[in-house]
Amino acid sequence: MAKHKTPLLDQLETGPWPSFVSDIKRQAEFRKANQDKIDYQIPVDVCEDLLGVLELSFVHRRTHWKHGGIVGVFGYGGGVIGRYCDQPEMFPGVAHFHTLRVNQPGGKFYTTEYLRQLCDLWDFRGSGITNMHGSTGDIIFLGTQTDQLEEIFYELTHTLNQDLGGSGSNLRTPSDCIGQARCEWSCYDTQALCYDLTQEYQDELHRPAFPYKFKFKFDGCPNCCVASIARADISFVGTWKDDIRIDQEAVAAYVGGEFPPNGGAHAGRDWGPFDIRKEVIDLCPTECMRYEDGKLEINTPECTRCMHCINVMPRALRVGDDRGCSLLVGAKAPILDGAQMSTLLVPFIKVEEPYDEIKEVIENIWDWWMEEGKNRERLGELMKRQGMQKLLEVTGIKADARHVQEPRTNPYIFWKEEEVEGGFDRDINEFRKYHQR
Amino acid sequence: MDQAEANEKIVEALQKKKGKTKFYFNDLAKILDMKPRVAKKLINKMVEDQILEYWSSGSTSLYGLKGAGKQAAADGEE
Repeated sequence: MAKHKTPLLDQLETGPWPSFVSDIKRQAEFRKANQDKIDYQIPVDVCEDLLGVLELSFVHRRTHWKHGGIVGVFGYGGGVIGRYCDQPEMFPGVAHFHTLRVNQPGGKFYTTEYLRQLCDLWDFRGSGITNMHGSTGDIIFLGTQTDQLEEIFYELTHTLNQDLGGSGSNLRTPSDCIGQARCEWSCYDTQALCYDLTQEYQDELHRPAFPYKFKFKFDGCPNCCVASIARADISFVGTWKDDIRIDQEAVAAYVGGEFPPNGGAHAGRDWGPFDIRKEVIDLCPTECMRYEDGKLEINTPECTRCMHCINVMPRALRVGDDRGCSLLVGAKAPILDGAQMSTLLVPFIKVEEPYDEIKEVIENIWDWWMEEGKNRERLGELMKRQGMQKLLEVTGIKADARHVQEPRTNPYIFWKEEEVEGGFDRDINEFRKYHQR
Repeated sequence: MDQAEANEKIVEALQKKKGKTKFYFNDLAKILDMKPRVAKKLINKMVEDQILEYWSSGSTSLYGLKGAGKQAAADGEE
């Protein structure tokens, strides 16, 4: 029988979706049965107390968690998030219930052996409850006590060759798509760049000195599988400069119904025969494609790399050969001022070791934001407050037509005196020759 | 500025502030009158030497003198 009655939580299990309540109940049973004879280092009934405190918060309509704390591992200012229950006598199992963020492997794929090791460690020294993965991408361990933190950290770093991720006013755990390891569309090696920058900026990841959080996310192509453009302070989106490579025979095979479009996705319903005009040509956002006399043509200067045609006909169309990435900056979720997408800063940059050009952009941005950013101000908010012009100035990047959404979008460009020939002084008599008072 | 001078300046300034025990990184950099990236080295050394300690809400990090404030008492690792 369950330790606490949870009628309100039980109701959540009746919905159509998989329920976290059922999951936690199952974990509570698993711990109680302890078939593997694990020498639990935190109370065996942690999961039951977790359900109990949640039920109580539903009854009271207020939280019973205290948020944050000084807990952490020695030398690190992030990776551990303190959580305490304000009813420790009623729910001793969750008196401390700290969260650990574990830096996920690149592209989030790993061996089952590695997963087992992580889970064994967490069953032994924590609640066994995980979140695979948190929004930043980390492997999240939910619920352990203060005296376990250093032990877990030691095991992670010494046995599993694994580090904690970022939290607080840090560089957050950099996160990437599966990249060239498994995807032919990836325009650069996302995992190599993600790993290199993670190593290079260890100090920024673990020792908080930023005004607020800062996120890097790496997408190998404009499909943006890790949604870098919507949530990273610097989004690295793969792109190419030259033409999309076209295999005309494969195009004909798609048109002839030989290959299923979209790699066979959406096959659960009969959509009728593939219509290249309706499904590809007419959907091109810049209308840069033409299909005539059985030949597909793309006007590259007009192409915005939306990826739609490549997604529909992957065997016929491939990303170009001259590849690199675009850097976009300033995306954020809607805490202040509404959600914001990234803004293009560097239209194209080659992604080549040792990535010095990329690091120069990053460090110039940090110098500006660390000095000018207000407490809890994201880069995107600073950009709005001080302007795109200031961002270009601090990064030493020249204004480019690609920074503008459309002509005359932004009339607020301020010239500085040194940028104007002859400065701001003028000969008024010369001026009056042509203009009446 | 050497480490000893930085330690003295920060401890003195933080002890003077009444009713507040947690501070943003930029508050500390201002006390040292240094650019943040330079101040970071000195401030981190103070954490390493256990003069300062981190406090984190999960989304934001603050710094305080070690042991100062109610949170420290609550986190007394009972």
